[in-house]
Amino acid sequence: MATSSKTAAAAKQTKKKVSLSDQNLLLVITIVIFLVMYLGAIIFLGGGFRNAQNLFNILMQQSALIITACGMSLVMITGGIDISVGGVVALVCMSCAVCLDYMGGNVPLSILVALGIGLAYGVVQGFLVAYLEIQPFIISLAGMFFARGMTTIVHSQPFNVENEAFAALKNTRIIVPGMGNTNRLGNYVDAYINIGVIIALLVVILLFVMLRWTKLGRAFYAVGGNSQSALMLGINVKRTKFIAHLMCSLLAGVAGYAFFLYVGSGSPSHASGMEMDAIASSIIGGTLLTGGVGNIIGTFVGVLSLSTIQNIVSSIGLDDAWWTGITVAAMLCLFLIIQSVVTSRKKD
Amino acid sequence: MQKSGTKSKSSAGQFFAELTRKPIFIPIVALLLLAIFNLVMDPGFYAIALNHNSEGYPVLSGSLITILDNGSELAILAIGMTLVTAASGGQDISVGAAVAIAGSVILRVLCGTETQPESLQAPVIVAFLLACVVAMLFGAFNGALVAFFRIQPMVATLILYTAGRNIAAWINQNRLPIVSEPSFGYFGGTIPGIPIPTPFFIAVICVAIIALVLKFTTLGLYVQSVGINENSARLNGLNPKLIKILTFVILGLCVAVVGLIKVSRISTINYSVVAKDIEMDAILAVALGGNSLAGGKFNMAGSIMGAYTIQFLTTTLYKYNVPSEALPAYKAVVVIVLVVLSAPVVKARLGALGKKLSSKKNTAKEVG
Repeated sequence: MATSSKTAAAAKQTKKKVSLSDQNLLLVITIVIFLVMYLGAIIFLGGGFRNAQNLFNILMQQSALIITACGMSLVMITGGIDISVGGVVALVCMSCAVCLDYMGGNVPLSILVALGIGLAYGVVQGFLVAYLEIQPFIISLAGMFFARGMTTIVHSQPFNVENEAFAALKNTRIIVPGMGNTNRLGNYVDAYINIGVIIALLVVILLFVMLRWTKLGRAFYAVGGNSQSALMLGINVKRTKFIAHLMCSLLAGVAGYAFFLYVGSGSPSHASGMEMDAIASSIIGGTLLTGGVGNIIGTFVGVLSLSTIQNIVSSIGLDDAWWTGITVAAMLCLFLIIQSVVTSRKKD
Repeated sequence: MQKSGTKSKSSAGQFFAELTRKPIFIPIVALLLLAIFNLVMDPGFYAIALNHNSEGYPVLSGSLITILDNGSELAILAIGMTLVTAASGGQDISVGAAVAIAGSVILRVLCGTETQPESLQAPVIVAFLLACVVAMLFGAFNGALVAFFRIQPMVATLILYTAGRNIAAWINQNRLPIVSEPSFGYFGGTIPGIPIPTPFFIAVICVAIIALVLKFTTLGLYVQSVGINENSARLNGLNPKLIKILTFVILGLCVAVVGLIKVSRISTINYSVVAKDIEMDAILAVALGGNSLAGGKFNMAGSIMGAYTIQFLTTTLYKYNVPSEALPAYKAVVVIVLVVLSAPVVKARLGALGKKLSSKKNTAKEVG
């Protein structure tokens, strides 16, 4: 520690608390920026942002992204990366749509198809990355190509699913009590969410618990932080990496179904660029690409920040499509530089 | 083009063992397999015909010419990508988006604010040079993020990947300018009287330049030493940050050249489609060329061979009526097979197996 920060450090030590670690600092920065952004939107833009429904809409739109980003964070914590998730989401959507409309399948079968695709992807990619020690980037790149290609091979044209049982499931609305608002006519409108949001929130909570309080979760951090010392601690590094990739792909399958529930159609162009959004959300949420640092809550906030900024950009009238991309990129740039500064500060 | 190490060896076995260790072995084997496959399935694949185009000039046509033509962009990008990979141990995933920016700049300069001007607003060379400057600036931006902020290259370039096509659309305010000047089409088509497509010549010039640079300057040595061990490179008096940025700037230059070819091919631009997924192909070319994606030593000839191998595969698949959207699935299978075969773990296992099986013969053939 530098002498200048001695007093600050001493003050913290008296509270028997280690000074804010990288992980917590990055998380705090993310949450603060998200809150400032959202409050700023409420104050300066008002309108839609004042309603709770706006937040729920973001959640509904992004439920698939939340799930994939959580899976991505798991892989990134162990020091890997998986860019096949967007392709898997598209493949799951298309396969489920074909299963429901052309093969005479039912809803439980389509769910099994979604999970099966995710599982198969996870097993293959996990095996190649963990046991054959091939770079995760190149494997998941091939995985992405494969998924995108397979999607068009399964069915080449986009179409809407007309299965009734599925439509009923798709339109299920879960009313959130007490969060509604009155519309212009003075009628009270309930705020609602859909099933995808429930799945996404469940995933976030489960993974948070797993990473924080289970042996496996701690093994993830250990492997990502330093795989050599993790090996010496008796952690099965290969198996841990395998499980991380397995979970990421399985979650991509789940996310595919959540996305399918939201859009209700199959199309080869679904979820294009979702892998990059997932990586960006994880980074914004404070997950370090070098591995060992990351937090599921941060990732969740990262997704919300990403979509809030998109919402803000479109509501302040910068409707030209390019501004969204440019602001998201600028935000990513900002967070990357913050991360870089925060992590290098420690070494000096 | 460089030949793979054909030093005269006493026995064929030793020669094969030597050859399998060369990084250029993988693309050559892949290319040969593809070539034999095509020869068996349909020898007509190799037919080259001399036709006349709509203006009455002779042009060569045939699958091989298509490969040489369309593979050029990839080969040019593979040059820059190899250097970036070697120096920083990561890949630039923004090249496709950067090509869109470069193309957009060229059209902006050539067409001004009009959608379809009667005559060019500026000479092509000016537009190209400006595109070079812009692409190199973006390269320097990527390089600075990688070198100074120590962000992984893939992630640092994710920024430009997200923003690039949007910036390209913004440069021309989402207009789609059309260049009607026929001479502009020479760069992506054919020059009247010369039957071979121009992109191939451009690729050859680029390859020749980089071959000369690698031969007569210390660039290659410095890039490799930074990639192998940044700290010892610094202790030996090199400036790793500068060299990393330099590789990204060189990639920017390659991007500008590709941008020129791309817009010249169709005389206009489609921001969301131009050079789509080319970054993935360029990275594959580098990996196929036997280069480690983790940086360090590189093999430029291998990457360029890799680029043409990928184009060979693409053209072969097109020939069997594979729709362009389904193409990635087949490519992915090929890539996975190649990567698995070249993985160190698999190589070691296969090597041990080969030794066990043929202890008297040492013709350790690894790839079946």
